[in-house]
Amino acid sequence: MEILVQQLFNGLTIGSVYSLVALGLTLVYGILHIPNFAHGALYMMGGYITLTMMTKYGFHYWIAIIVSILVVGLLGVLMERFVFHPLREAPPIHDKIAAIGILLFLEAFAQFVWGAEYQSMPTPYGQVVEIFGLTFTMQRLLIVIAAIVVMILLTLFLKKTFTGSTIIAMSQNREGANLVGINTKKVAMLTFMISGGLAAIAASLSAPINLVFPGMGHLVILKAFVIIILGGMGSVPGAILGGYILGFSESLGATYISNDYKDIIAFVLLVIILSAKPTGLFSKGGH
Amino acid sequence: MTFLETRKLTKNFGGLVAVNNVDFAIEKGKINAIIGPNGAGKSTFFNLISGFHPPSSGQVIFKGQDVTKLPANKIAQLGVARTFQTTNLFEQSTVMDNIIVGHRLRTKSNLFDAIFRTKRLRKEEALCRDKAMEVIEFVDLQKVAHKPVSGLTQEEKKRTAFALALATNPEIVFLDEPAAGVNPDETEGLATLMRKMANIGVTVCLIEHKMQMIMKLADKIMVLNYGEKIAEGKPEEIRNNETVIKAYLGGSAIA
Amino acid sequence: MSKIQRIVILGLILFAIVFPLISNNDYFIHVMTLSFIWMIGVYGLNLLAGYTGYLSLAHAGFFAIGAYSLGLLTVKAEMNFWPALLLSLFITGVLGFFVGLISLRTKEHFFAIYTLCVGYIIYLVIDKWDSLTEGVRGLIGIPAPANIGPLTFETLRSHYYLVLFFLLLVVLIMYRIVHSLSGRTYIAIRNSEDLAQTIGISTMKSKLTVFVISTVIAGLSGALYASFVRFIGPDIGSIAIVFDFLTYLLVGGLGTLSGPIVGTLLIVVLSQRLQFLQDYRMLVFGPVLTLLIIFYPRGIVGAVAAWGQKRRSSVHKTRLNNLPEEQVKEG
Repeated sequence: MEILVQQLFNGLTIGSVYSLVALGLTLVYGILHIPNFAHGALYMMGGYITLTMMTKYGFHYWIAIIVSILVVGLLGVLMERFVFHPLREAPPIHDKIAAIGILLFLEAFAQFVWGAEYQSMPTPYGQVVEIFGLTFTMQRLLIVIAAIVVMILLTLFLKKTFTGSTIIAMSQNREGANLVGINTKKVAMLTFMISGGLAAIAASLSAPINLVFPGMGHLVILKAFVIIILGGMGSVPGAILGGYILGFSESLGATYISNDYKDIIAFVLLVIILSAKPTGLFSKGGH
Repeated sequence: MTFLETRKLTKNFGGLVAVNNVDFAIEKGKINAIIGPNGAGKSTFFNLISGFHPPSSGQVIFKGQDVTKLPANKIAQLGVARTFQTTNLFEQSTVMDNIIVGHRLRTKSNLFDAIFRTKRLRKEEALCRDKAMEVIEFVDLQKVAHKPVSGLTQEEKKRTAFALALATNPEIVFLDEPAAGVNPDETEGLATLMRKMANIGVTVCLIEHKMQMIMKLADKIMVLNYGEKIAEGKPEEIRNNETVIKAYLGGSAIA
Repeated sequence: MSKIQRIVILGLILFAIVFPLISNNDYFIHVMTLSFIWMIGVYGLNLLAGYTGYLSLAHAGFFAIGAYSLGLLTVKAEMNFWPALLLSLFITGVLGFFVGLISLRTKEHFFAIYTLCVGYIIYLVIDKWDSLTEGVRGLIGIPAPANIGPLTFETLRSHYYLVLFFLLLVVLIMYRIVHSLSGRTYIAIRNSEDLAQTIGISTMKSKLTVFVISTVIAGLSGALYASFVRFIGPDIGSIAIVFDFLTYLLVGGLGTLSGPIVGTLLIVVLSQRLQFLQDYRMLVFGPVLTLLIIFYPRGIVGAVAAWGQKRRSSVHKTRLNNLPEEQVKEG
């Protein structure tokens, strides 16, 4: 029973990270209608920048994260302006290839600057906490709490502010939004900034547990893709729900089925879903 | 036996009824037109017939065969061709290259033939090329046969689309707004072309907004409004039909 | 094909054949053989992505399946190379058929992501199923191709010629396919799948055919790799291989016949020249990939072809202007 609760909490932790990453990906998909294959690189850069801020400049954990959010957000904006914007009329295959180019570059860059070894991120939250006789590490609790806070803030932003509603409008109909005077350029940049920021937060929260290395974005991003296909590409609640479902499945699967093959759960899920419904779980139908 | 008919053809998109219970019979060898205000469901109607969307209910019968559930490529193989409202062509290729592949569906060569350059392949390639040249001359585009499609005028593009449809050796062609974006002289030219098609035995069914052209050209007209058929008949009957006039003007008839 | 093109190609083939006979640089021959192997894989990717428009990120997975099939059959089942090669191609093709059957019902992004996941699953299975594949330890001792009559393939040079033979075979097949009605069908699908359906093309059948062929070619490339390098590990199934192929293809020219050769050659030679590039290749090639797809999606070969076409049409125009009326009509 204890193990079950521990694993459920684990699932909550993993799910929180996945949801944050998937959220960033789904927001961009809503605008671009292209899955940003370079999102994993943004995640990785987020981790490295937080690490550098802490180890090289001695910043406090949270300050380092804020810096990371700003830098990766800026990276996202640059990507939108210089790569995806010029390609908006091109066939979709071009967007994917361009994103792959950015991904390859950023990973090589990270390896060049920081080396290929696995590095650990020191965190002020290494203590262990006891609740109801069960032990949890503070960091994991933090991940869950921080993620939930971020998600609430994001949802409030999208639903309650004017800027947020422009993002939603644009994701539904880019031309229509343009026609009613929404500055689609600004909105696209803003979305990418948020997307990068979310990736940075997710990486920074997860890094103390999972180490920092150039390939850290690979698995996470693959799973984020699975999540947004499962939850509906462009859907915010879908990304959150999907992230947690996957988190729980992996955690329970790792314990009760096989730890070696736990990563395969996401992909097997995807293969099953797309085989049954080639247009994804929540497609809008029509042509 | 009617050549092509729809029975109670209906299409819902979520809560929206785009095409509602439409019965329409197309006569062989004649020019049939479908008109109606914007959003009346005309293009959706075409999509249902040509296999692009499955209908929610109802049937499409072609030469006595129920083709309702067939996918678009199978329907094309049966002899039903169509063009699109926004000229859908292979922009990066030349006119000739566009049209050669139009006859592909009537050939049997497969990959084996391709790799070993069999006699069958060479024969069929020549066949496709000849057919392409034939339809290019039919639509009078010989001068631009080797130009890339992206460099053509709108009217030339429309003619290319016609040629592509004709290259499939169809018995009936569905033209979606063939004269859109084309000036009056060119419209005349396209109308003549359509009459030419009907004369060689290709049944034509078109969607159009240009009333003058339709009235002069069509043998039979059907009027759609809000997805429903509100009138059907010869041009003179339609011209004076109160319901039709009301649908277009949204008010009482002008005597 | 113009006369000049024929001469250039013949010249290149001749050079490729003669070169190892007159050169002492074994290292270079080794590198060339490897590039030929990559080129074969790139041709597979080109047929599916370049000519039919479907970017399969599972390509590396099929490369690995070809390699591991050959490796396991020759090492563990102790089969002779040649039947093992055929069997490997068959296995790859069958797997390709089933993956294609399901994945090709998806479009665009879904297809890319789906194949990305399939590729990852293949990699993971190879990595974790040690009892079969030796997992991380890798499969060693893969033999060189067995003798065919008097021909042996133990030496570097003989292996070079074997791989060159397969490359030329693949190129010939590609050429025939692209210049046939089937090729036109695939290009039609790439240009507009909807329109292709409208003119009666069975897109699913065509796509599946191309998918299987591209996986078999990837498998061939993998099998040749296994037999050349003599040992393989799970990393040959990693996505990095697809990205490498993609870079070679894009630099050379997506959807062109000579693109794979030009691109692979250029990048491999450049990487060799600049040692720095070896270790951090993607620092340069990543942005190159992105810039190319934005400004020169048809790569080097495409850019040259476009330049050639412009020259020809302007020459044609000048000629037209100088001809008497009747002759203009014929043109």
